[in-house]
Amino acid sequence: MAFPLSEILPFANLNVVGTIGAVTTLIDSNPDGALASQSEISAEIGAIESAYQRAGVEETQPRLNYPPYRSSLLRHPTKDLHHADPEGVELWTPCFSERDVHPLEADLTVQHSGEPIGERLVVTGRVVDGAGRPVRRQLVEIWQANAGGRYIHKRDQHPSPIDPNFTGVGRCLTDEDGIYRFTTIKPGPYPWKNHRNAWRPAHIHFSFFGTEFTQRMVTQMYFPGDPLLCLDPIFQAIPDQKARSRLVASYDHELSTHEWATGYRWDVVLTGPARTPIENLGRGAHR
Amino acid sequence: MSTLLPATPGQTVGPFFGFALPFDRCNELVPPGSPNAVQLHGVVADGDGRGVPDALLEIWQADADGSIPNASGSLHRDGWTFTGWGRATTDEAGRYTFTTVIPGVSEPAAAPFISITVFARGLLNRLFTRAYIPGKQLENDSLLNTLTPERRDTLIATRDRTGLRFDIQLQGTPDKPETVFLRYPGHQR
Repeated sequence: MAFPLSEILPFANLNVVGTIGAVTTLIDSNPDGALASQSEISAEIGAIESAYQRAGVEETQPRLNYPPYRSSLLRHPTKDLHHADPEGVELWTPCFSERDVHPLEADLTVQHSGEPIGERLVVTGRVVDGAGRPVRRQLVEIWQANAGGRYIHKRDQHPSPIDPNFTGVGRCLTDEDGIYRFTTIKPGPYPWKNHRNAWRPAHIHFSFFGTEFTQRMVTQMYFPGDPLLCLDPIFQAIPDQKARSRLVASYDHELSTHEWATGYRWDVVLTGPARTPIENLGRGAHR
Repeated sequence: MSTLLPATPGQTVGPFFGFALPFDRCNELVPPGSPNAVQLHGVVADGDGRGVPDALLEIWQADADGSIPNASGSLHRDGWTFTGWGRATTDEAGRYTFTTVIPGVSEPAAAPFISITVFARGLLNRLFTRAYIPGKQLENDSLLNTLTPERRDTLIATRDRTGLRFDIQLQGTPDKPETVFLRYPGHQR
C-alpha cells in the first residue's frame, strides 16, 4: 500500500484486512461506524470458514484476529502467543468457598421483591478439565440481559425496558462432581453496532476458574435453534462448526419442572491441566 | 497431551460486564496504605495507542514471602486475609490499578512474577501474561531468555513512586511493542 487508505478515501478508520480473489476488503474499524450490511459481514464470515475448511487443520477456539467482529481489529495481538511452561503460582488457582458465595446467588429470579418477566429456566452442567476430571468447589459467575434484551449497564442504550425485578448477575460454586446450577430467565437478543441491523443471539455470559490459573476462561452460552447464530460474528469467530456447537446448550426435558421452569444442560471442558493428578492429590483439596 | 478433551471455546467478555464482575474492593489484595502495600498499575492500549476503556484484568500471585495463597474470601475481603487474587476494570483512559504486595520467591532461583489475565470487548478470548518483578533474579529466567530484548522488556514491570508500573499493549504500534502473551501446554488453537 503506497498511501494510508484514510488519505485516499473520505472515511476514517478504514483498514485493509485481506484480499479475497481480486477484491481487497476494506473494513471500518470504528466500532460504532456500523457501515457494513449483514450480507457483507456474512460474506466475510463465509470466506473465512471456507479458507479454514480448505486448510484442514482443526481449531477449537475463536480466532483473536477476526475482522467481521470489527472491535477485534485493533485489539488482537499480531504476534503468535509465546509458549510458556507454567511455573509457580500459575500451577495453582484462587480458592473460593461459602465465604465468597451465598447459595441464593445461584437464583437470579429471587433477587428483588417481584418475579422477573420472562421464560424461567434452569441451566446446569458439569465443569471438567481436559482429562475429564471434575473441577470441584470452584467459582462460576454468570451475567446476562433481561427478557427484552437489555442489560443493567449504564452504557446499554437499547430502547427496551429495564426489568426492576431482574439484575442478571449470578454466582455459584461447583459441587463435588463439578456441577453448577442456576435458575434464571431466558435473555432476549439485542441489537449492537458492529454493522447495520446487527443482532446478538440470546446468550448468557459465563466465567470459570479451573484447578490451575492457566485454565481461567470466560465465554458465552447460547440457546439451541437460534436463527441469529449463523449471522453473529462473535459466535462465528470460532471457525470450526463442531467447536461452535460446544457453546450451545441442549434443551433437556428431564431438567424441566412441572409448571415451573424449562431446563437446559451445558457441560464445559477447561484446558489442561499441566499438573499430574498425583501433584493435585499432594496439595489435597487446595482450599 | 493429544488425549485431552477439546476445550470449550472462549468468547469475548463483551462491553457489559461492569455491573456483574467487579465487586467491592476487588482490586485491593491488601488494603491501601497497609505495610508493604504497593500499587500495580498501568494502561491497557490498542493498536492505535488508545487506552482501552472496557478491559478487565485479573491478577494471581504469591504472597510477599513467596507462599502460594490458599485462603478463600476474595469476594468478601476481610482486610486481613491475603487471597492472592484480584480483579480490576480499566477507566475511560484505559488505566487500571491494584493494591497488592510484591510477591516473594516461590522456589529457589525462580524469578517472581504476577500472573495476569486480560479480558476486553473486542478481545475474542482471554490473554495470559506475566508482570515480572524487576531485579537480578531475572537474568536466568528461562522464559525471558527466549525473547528479544524489546519483547522481553514488555514482561518486566518498572518500579515507580507508588510501586510497579506495567502497561499492556494488546497490539503493537510504531512506538510501543506488543506485550508478550502466553500459550501454556494444553491450550489448543
